[in-house]
Amino acid sequence: MDWLVTPFSSNPFMLHALIAGVLVSIACAIAGTFVILRGLAFIGDALAHGVLPGIAVAILVGFPGILGAAIGAAGMIGGITLITQRSRLSSDTAIGLLFIGMLSLGVIIVSRSDSFSGDLTRILFGEILGIGIPAILIQLAATIVIGVLAIICARPFLLLSFDPEQAEVAGFSSRLYHNIMLFMIAITVIVSFQTVGTLLVFGMLIAPAGAGALMARRIEVMMLWAMLFGVLSMYFGLLISYHFNLAAGASIVIVTVAIFFIVFIMQNLRSRRAVSQQESAHEL
Amino acid sequence: MNCKKEIIASAKREGEAFAPSADSAPYVQAKRLSIGYSNEVVVADMSFELRQGEAIALIGTNGSGKSTLLKTIVGLLPPLRGEVSVFGMHPGSNPRRIAYLGQFHASGFVLPLRAVDVVRMGRFPSHGLWRRMGHEDDEIVLSAMRAMGIEKLAESPLRSLSGGQQQRTYLAQVLAHQADLLILDEPAAGLDAGGRELYLQAIDNELRRGVSIVMATHDIQEEPALCNQVMLLARRVVALGTPQQVLTHDALLETFGIVVFGDQRHVHVLEATHGHDDKERLGINKPRS
Repeated sequence: MDWLVTPFSSNPFMLHALIAGVLVSIACAIAGTFVILRGLAFIGDALAHGVLPGIAVAILVGFPGILGAAIGAAGMIGGITLITQRSRLSSDTAIGLLFIGMLSLGVIIVSRSDSFSGDLTRILFGEILGIGIPAILIQLAATIVIGVLAIICARPFLLLSFDPEQAEVAGFSSRLYHNIMLFMIAITVIVSFQTVGTLLVFGMLIAPAGAGALMARRIEVMMLWAMLFGVLSMYFGLLISYHFNLAAGASIVIVTVAIFFIVFIMQNLRSRRAVSQQESAHEL
Repeated sequence: MNCKKEIIASAKREGEAFAPSADSAPYVQAKRLSIGYSNEVVVADMSFELRQGEAIALIGTNGSGKSTLLKTIVGLLPPLRGEVSVFGMHPGSNPRRIAYLGQFHASGFVLPLRAVDVVRMGRFPSHGLWRRMGHEDDEIVLSAMRAMGIEKLAESPLRSLSGGQQQRTYLAQVLAHQADLLILDEPAAGLDAGGRELYLQAIDNELRRGVSIVMATHDIQEEPALCNQVMLLARRVVALGTPQQVLTHDALLETFGIVVFGDQRHVHVLEATHGHDDKERLGINKPRS
């Protein structure tokens, strides 16, 4: 019991990390569910990395990193929309171009400064163990905004995931709600980078929601599973990092990916067992 | 089969079905309409009207313009030239009154959705973002599922259903909409004999209630028999009129380039690029009557 609780009860930084982590898990579960359902994993990945030059420039000139991340994300989405609308290229080509361009730009900016190597690690992997109350409050506000957007847009988001044409004919503009969905994913990425870093926020977006999709028959249930898996990953990831002195962000994401594979294997075993039961019932 | 014949026969009986009034405003009206995509006209210069309680069947090969016309009527594609109005307004202005069944549901296999969730989506247009669904909506959803014979599959995940069961689910969604105008793209695709009968019965019921229907189909018998009008399409309007006027050997040959007549087994092939003048050269003869 001591092993499970004391790290959080006797270290305020661990408690802050857990609170921030739970908020990140809720935000990522909601946004990640739609990333999975709408097949937006690539744009989620691109956003998570594409914000790097924005953050780097912001830190270089002394602005908050979150502001730079927001500008980076806006540039990314704007660029993807422009290329997709003004050319015959598909959106994944546009996403790939912007993704690699922005990431390279970020690395170039970072490499110009000697004092930046520590910052780069911080940007990529977050600093969940150094999270303060203001950052937790920003994360809380963002999680509330994401939750409210998901509730308000539940019907159009569902229709959009089912069939964008059906959404349009039902009177819900598919372009408007697609953009709201992208905005929701962008907020998640921008705010969560402080906690788990830009590289790892992507893992939190897709692994818990992916495991949830394997478990659930309904979208709401999928989202709840994703939240549970996310929170478990945060808790056990922090615990492992504390006891074994490992990088916290990476430990959390390793746990979440491990949970995905456990669910995946269990689901496969279960469906295999169901098939063999049906076969033996047939033989009788 | 008897049941199907009864449905068709009863639809033809005068006085029973909804009687469209000649002076009511048309639900759908197209004047010299050209449809297609931004850089490609698919069908040019088409004109037709559809009034309350009427149905029109669009018949043609793949790529003949059926789906393009349906998408133009629901407002997914803008008209290239000419005019089209739905309920006297621009297409897409009246989502509550119009239900659309497209051909493809790209994500249908990935989504964690039960059949009943898909049918419930049919209630969204009349409820918008906010209005809560009530007991009445549950009743409507249930009766739509019963009409398509899938009430026992309500809790089943969509991805576990067969193609035909999924099509029944999508049709139930259209029925649950309780729209005034149904736009159906190959609605009977993948249905088994039982599903087909339920579907024809449902269409007949809708028409009796005064609902109008535009359907794209490959069927030249049962579905057109329920319709007042048939339009044959081959990237142009080959013929437009009552089923009896339109579904002739020559018109079908021109539309499909091939005609198979029931027991007679006369198969005529006409290459798409050849006109009627080439028939003799290709050795095509009319079937023995």
